[in-house]
Amino acid sequence: MTRYLRYLVPLLLFGLLAALLLRGLSLDPKLVPSPLIGKPMPAFSLSRLEDPSRTLSDSDLRGKVSILNVWATWCVSCRAEHEVLLQLARTGKVNLFGLDYKDERSSAQRWLSRLGNPYSANGFDEDGRVGINWGVYGTPETFIMDRKGIIRHKHIGPLTPEVVDKEILPLIASLEAESK
Amino acid sequence: MIPELGHFSLILALCMAVVLAVFPLIGSLNNTPGWVALAKPAALAQFCFTALSFACLVNAFLANDFSVAYVAENGNTLLPTLYKISAVWGAHEGSLLLWALILTGWTTAVAIFTRNLPPVTLARVLSVMGIISIGFLSFLLFTSNPFARVYPAPLEGGDLNPLLQDPGLAIHPPMLYMGYVGMSVAFSFAIAALIGGKLDATWARWSRPWTTVAWVFLTIGITLGSWWAYNELGWGGWWFWDPVENASFMPWLAATALIHSLAVTEKRGAFKRWTVLLSLLAFSLSLLGTFLVRSGVLTSVHSFAADPARGLFILVFLSIVIGGSLLLYAWRAPDVNSGGRFDMLSRETLLLGNNVLLVAITAFVLLGTLAPLIYDAMGWGKISVGFPWFTTMFVIFTPFMVFLMGMGPLTRWKHQDPAQLARTLRIAFVISIAAGVVAALPILHGGSWQAGLAVALSVWLLASLLLSLRQRHRHNVGVANIWKSFRMRGGGSYYGMIIAHLGVVVFIIGVTFATQFTQQEDVRMSPGQTYELAGYSFRFDGAKPVPGPNYRADRASFLVTRDNREVATLHPEKRTYTVQTKPMTESGIDVGLFRDLYVSLGESLGNGDWSVRLYYKPFVRWIWLGGIMIAIGGLCAALDRRYRIAVSKRVVAPEPSRVKAPGKKANA
Repeated sequence: MTRYLRYLVPLLLFGLLAALLLRGLSLDPKLVPSPLIGKPMPAFSLSRLEDPSRTLSDSDLRGKVSILNVWATWCVSCRAEHEVLLQLARTGKVNLFGLDYKDERSSAQRWLSRLGNPYSANGFDEDGRVGINWGVYGTPETFIMDRKGIIRHKHIGPLTPEVVDKEILPLIASLEAESK
Repeated sequence: MIPELGHFSLILALCMAVVLAVFPLIGSLNNTPGWVALAKPAALAQFCFTALSFACLVNAFLANDFSVAYVAENGNTLLPTLYKISAVWGAHEGSLLLWALILTGWTTAVAIFTRNLPPVTLARVLSVMGIISIGFLSFLLFTSNPFARVYPAPLEGGDLNPLLQDPGLAIHPPMLYMGYVGMSVAFSFAIAALIGGKLDATWARWSRPWTTVAWVFLTIGITLGSWWAYNELGWGGWWFWDPVENASFMPWLAATALIHSLAVTEKRGAFKRWTVLLSLLAFSLSLLGTFLVRSGVLTSVHSFAADPARGLFILVFLSIVIGGSLLLYAWRAPDVNSGGRFDMLSRETLLLGNNVLLVAITAFVLLGTLAPLIYDAMGWGKISVGFPWFTTMFVIFTPFMVFLMGMGPLTRWKHQDPAQLARTLRIAFVISIAAGVVAALPILHGGSWQAGLAVALSVWLLASLLLSLRQRHRHNVGVANIWKSFRMRGGGSYYGMIIAHLGVVVFIIGVTFATQFTQQEDVRMSPGQTYELAGYSFRFDGAKPVPGPNYRADRASFLVTRDNREVATLHPEKRTYTVQTKPMTESGIDVGLFRDLYVSLGESLGNGDWSVRLYYKPFVRWIWLGGIMIAIGGLCAALDRRYRIAVSKRVVAPEPSRVKAPGKKANA
């Protein structure tokens, strides 16, 4: 029997893989349960993308309804989303912050200067640590926080004009009204 | 009526697959020649019925028969004829039918072109392929029938995904499937050998050309896919580490290990168990790829309609085929003798080293691909593994692999004197280090250690290949003698190896230089405005609307000049397809051996202004050139005269044990 054992290793490895795949079938990769919704946003402090000598931290986002958009220059969907963010910023109704995720500072700066900068400020999350704390699964993602810094909504994938009109702006309006 | 004919024909194909899977296999085990002889006609009939079924679906697309649901979803009257045909495999059901067609095609090819194989072995090989075929045909018929009707029939079809309306992508899936499914031949040979208990050099010789041909197709398929992504996706990338790309890359890596390991088994009788395991692995990874693409467990840009029921079906099928074959392996492998002995330094050891590296890379790609799933299943949250993971892995592994690749051809089988090898390679080593240091110097391109490393590795490999050629022809002076040696000795595998390895040199240079020295700008341009990039000046001459057959396009014109001389006029387009209203970019590219100039249109910003991406990409062509050379090398190896000589020899002296019942230990 023992002489068969080492030759059973490939089979055992495949068994593990098959179990994993079976589990995977009942999970939806697009559905991201956000355990953070309803909780205070995770604390962070990052150097600003635009100016490394200054920092952006969670306290900058508190006290007003704010949006944190996670993006990167290597992300195609973020490029598609950028126009929408610019339009959103033009409405003047939002405090939009960016989290530049696992990126290079120079290319990110170039991106903003060429395409336009919709953000009030950007945190530069070079190694993705802050992204992990925020439960970032992929880019782009967008978080919405109320005045007290509680995460109220998370949108996964690029924002579209429909999403902005039907979800984001109404939510922001109701959050603004909420705690006055 | 014709779609029903196609459906019915597919059912008959499944019946034939059952015949093929059951009778020849049982006949080969209990010594019934009549059942064994059933293998060939059943394989042929299976292919004919599948081909007829496929033809019916093609006809439905050409005839715009929108009463067929699949055609209504993916066809359109305005589609150009080429894309009407490629729309057949543009979505899940049809691509699966193509898969089945290619599988039955390979089965038939094996049945026809291996006359020298003992009938019992051939029957087993074909039966195993029949079992695989049952899986795919019933998957088609029970979960994804491409001939399902829809009532009332819509007047117009939903159109083929605009992303897929590109000549490169019309032939990319067939090539890729030829490769994927071709791995089933090596798999079936391995299973047949395990059943018979006879794993020897002959088995490796039979399996080798088939495996190489499948590998060539896979290489071409992947190269085409990468080229398409570069042309169509509009941001100058050529590989994205997307789960579906990885699904095609993993079988390629395993197959690359396999063709090298098969060489050792054929020539030296060593590594038998390892070769069998790799044969099983290469096809298992192809099947795994199918599962990942179609079950929806991972998110990917290659969106096939995901359906958990389909996922479950493939998973059960996967478990039967892979689990069953690995169980057979665990049962039979202990009885296989280890074969030829070899020393610590020998060609065997070097090939084993490269094999281990290739399998390690495969494992890392698999881990990276499945990481999101593992995290999710374990409840650790969600992650995505991006470029950095894969890039780091390659930068770590590639140097070792290329180092061994350089030594391999110059090392003897069985035993190599280290001092002699060192003497031969001394010059290559010194030159490559020197070239690397020079290339990394800051005066060139501002200094890049990656470029230095790539140049050192390429020069090392190039020099060692030249040394190997010199060694082979040290007694042949002059071109005439070298040609004579080629005529007399043949050597398709040898020269194939040289070409394929040169392809690796070209590929490494391409990847590194294109990654390191690309210059890009995202700019807003008004008509008449000029922008300078990498010594070229791009003048935007405005964009105007142009109608296409099934889209509207904004077509821009760019005049590229260098030192006031015209280099090219580029016409990137922004297309909106009429039916699916998806915007698509069609990049304007000036192709060059040493650099590409690449312009893609972003958004219209009003007043004739556009956001524009400009790229200067040095050596990017070398990436695909390398891929093509690797494929040509494989083709040369597969066409080696040796296989044909071996064929004629065996025809003269047929195997005596024709229909001998293979007792479990009799042949072991």
